[in-house]
Amino acid sequence: MTHPPVASNPGPKVRVVTLKIDDHDVGARETDSILEIAHANGIRIPALCYLDGLSTWGACRLCMVEIEGVSKPVSACSTTASEGMKITTNSERLKRYRRMILELLFAERNHVCSVCVSNGHCELQDLAAECGMDHVRVPYRNATYNIDSSHDLFRVDHNRCVVCTRCVRVCDEIEGAHTWDVMGRGVNCQVITDLNQPWGDSQSCTSCGKCVQVCPTGALVKKGTAAGEMEKHDDFVPYLAQMRKRQ
Amino acid sequence: MNLEDLSDITEEVAEAAKSRRHCVRVCMAASCQSCGSGEVLEGLQAQAKQNADDDVCIKPVGCMGLCSAGPLVSVDSDQPATELLYQDVTADDTEELYRSLDDDPLERLRCRTDVPFFSRQQKIVLRNSGIIDPEQIDDYIAAGGYRSLMRAVTEMTREDVLREVKESGLRGRGGGGYPAGLKWATVAMAPEPHKYVICNADEGDPGAFMDRAVLESDPHRVLEGMALAGYAVGAEHAYIYIRAEYPLAVERLKTAIKQATKKGLLGRRICETAHSFEVEVRLGAGAFVCGEETALMASIEGQRGQPRPRPPYPAEEGLWKCPTLINNVETLANIPAIVGKGGAWFKSIGTERSTGTKVFALAGRIANSGLIEVPMGIPLGEIVNEIGGGIPDGRRFKAVQTGGPSGGCLPEQYLDMPVEYDTLRSAGSIMGSGGMIVMDETSSMVDVARYFMEFCMDESCGKCVPCRAGTVQLYGLLDKIADGEATPSDLELLEELCDVVQATSLCGLGQTAPNPVLSTLRYFRHEYEEKLRPESERMPRMQIVTLDD
Ligand SMILES: Cc1cc2nc3c(=O)[nH]c(=O)nc-3n(C[C@H](O)[C@H](O)[C@H](O)COP(=O)(O)O)c2cc1C
Ligand code: SF4
Ligand code: SF4
Ligand code: SF4
Ligand code: FES
Ligand code: FES
Repeated sequence: MTHPPVASNPGPKVRVVTLKIDDHDVGARETDSILEIAHANGIRIPALCYLDGLSTWGACRLCMVEIEGVSKPVSACSTTASEGMKITTNSERLKRYRRMILELLFAERNHVCSVCVSNGHCELQDLAAECGMDHVRVPYRNATYNIDSSHDLFRVDHNRCVVCTRCVRVCDEIEGAHTWDVMGRGVNCQVITDLNQPWGDSQSCTSCGKCVQVCPTGALVKKGTAAGEMEKHDDFVPYLAQMRKRQ
Repeated sequence: MNLEDLSDITEEVAEAAKSRRHCVRVCMAASCQSCGSGEVLEGLQAQAKQNADDDVCIKPVGCMGLCSAGPLVSVDSDQPATELLYQDVTADDTEELYRSLDDDPLERLRCRTDVPFFSRQQKIVLRNSGIIDPEQIDDYIAAGGYRSLMRAVTEMTREDVLREVKESGLRGRGGGGYPAGLKWATVAMAPEPHKYVICNADEGDPGAFMDRAVLESDPHRVLEGMALAGYAVGAEHAYIYIRAEYPLAVERLKTAIKQATKKGLLGRRICETAHSFEVEVRLGAGAFVCGEETALMASIEGQRGQPRPRPPYPAEEGLWKCPTLINNVETLANIPAIVGKGGAWFKSIGTERSTGTKVFALAGRIANSGLIEVPMGIPLGEIVNEIGGGIPDGRRFKAVQTGGPSGGCLPEQYLDMPVEYDTLRSAGSIMGSGGMIVMDETSSMVDVARYFMEFCMDESCGKCVPCRAGTVQLYGLLDKIADGEATPSDLELLEELCDVVQATSLCGLGQTAPNPVLSTLRYFRHEYEEKLRPESERMPRMQIVTLDD
């Protein structure tokens, strides 16, 4: 008996679906998230905790979109596409929600952009500009947060952290060190190194710097940077994630 | 174990009961224990021993319902609304009480039982509660227990069991009200060979103690319900996730699992069939959010108890990514009766869209606080004024809070409303798990809203922004309003924040956290407005963030 030629390991069969995002007809695999599909088609949906190559976290809630026939908005990063979906990414309601979520983030910790090393290269700042959040109506909490400068190369400033856990995920999923984790709950959540030991004393940290590069704000930075000098590059993540999957 | 063995045990227990002169039942559930029922039990047992009466049985039992009058002791009746019930019994009363057994009842301690609190209840889940000894499996078997399981695994197919549960119309008692039959069918259909059943006994709502009472009073009923679920959906492993603050319930559950396993009703090859069902107890550390199903499963897996986005739902991808059936304690405690008496029987109780009964924990400004089980559809006012005995101290009723931190406050005009999932929801509250807190004219509704918001703020897991950073702002605004420091623009901001937190939070905790605020705003807006100061009296408070380029 002859066999048809088979491409090496085709993987499980994935269906293709068509859907509509803001009047664009798009095709996608049914395993793709709405966020991935939109970005692949040049439709911008604001996102903060999502990072291509890391597992989905679904926590910042900036990527909320509306699906026709579904009463509540859903997070685009954690919702997969299905046939015939009609999605709105930018209604007035969604814009209002995004602005308020950003206001909540700015008021939660202490963001003083003018003296921040990430000023001008900060995803939180960019999102505020993109979403038209030009002032904060809720009171600033003005809580005090620590700064840990014990590491030779890097520094963590919890005043600027938005608890997106990108650092936690990149360290665990890509570097494999799992130095970072989250402790506490509610507004007292904080990312920690090892068992809440100083970063400089961490036994698991390999000093690879991946967490610094994926951190969207001025929370994780290289030492020796002055205000506005900290530029980051996270485009290595999808590549490394691919390579890891192939192993 | 087979059906014959169950009948033998039933007969033995009945024989023993016949040869007894008296049976005195002492409530040994948590509430009565905390006001000294342990000493009452010991006192009565000592009396029996002293008098060498081996035909007098002093039995520790579960909750009798009227916890506010505890410790409760009932004499010679196997009905919940017993003829002879004593209240507020202390260790000092035991001698006199014991002497009265063969004499006239002790009027001094008598609790009236011909009142609506007892006569208006209808018991399915609490049927054995306050009657059987929760630590004796034979008592449960003698009361008809484990017959549904035995019959199901030996005489019924999985589909038969599923059909009864679907037919019953039973909806989840953990808060959401999702149809149990539909959830079971989804898990049953999943092709994966490995599945789990989880019983959610985390019960974190302030003021709620229904699940604790069921587990303390009749743990085998829950185990039987779980085993039936396991059979119906094809799961051989199960967890009970119970909060560590319920030590008595944990202990009784563990005893019950041991007893049932020893009798071959749980464990490997149950009831002499090929079906296995093993149950493990997992303790929660008392985080409210761990009652949310995805957080609960993360916690069982040994991870941080945090929710994750759904879908995928647990029925598809749950514990360790296996299809998982997760149900509340009370949901599962209804199952043995449904399988035993049929879904149609269950459906005949309650209303069309809310079938069966519901257990409520009555608390707050009400004469009879405690545990009740009533048919669905009963008017709210009947629970408050008749069963609950109305508001004490001649005060006026103001509102009743249902659904805990996820629910709302209903004012007087809703006292005629039948208690059902959908009516409560359309009135701006929810059925919730069954907490019912009654408030009188002295309660401030802004304070109530602030109290629940503080709870949500403290219990937020901190994962998603709207809940973590939003509840803290909502609390701050409510605090300001309550203190008379707020302006009309604060109230506007409060309402806008409620909308955002409700619509965008990741899990039910954040999504429902604004409900107490929204419902009090809906019915008691004037109380908020009375506390506002005119804008002109206050300094502007806006903070401007500049975005340098
Ligand atoms: C914050 C939060 C807390 C919850 N706590 C409980 C709980 O303590 N007990 C419970 O049975 N369900 C609780 N639930 C509901 C569960 O997520 C789940 O819906 C339920 O266990 C399903 O069972 P049921 O269908 O039998 O109601 C909670 C949900 C949320 C969002
Ligand atoms: S982290 Fe970003 S938003 Fe925060 S202070 Fe720095 S630049 Fe500003
Ligand atoms: S340190 Fe940076 S990457 Fe880590 S959680 Fe905070 S903001 Fe996110
Ligand atoms: S809504 Fe609250 S409890 Fe739920 S995930 Fe978000 S922060 Fe955690
Ligand atoms: S990007 Fe979707 S929730 Fe953060
Ligand atoms: S605990 Fe004894 S009556 Fe409820």
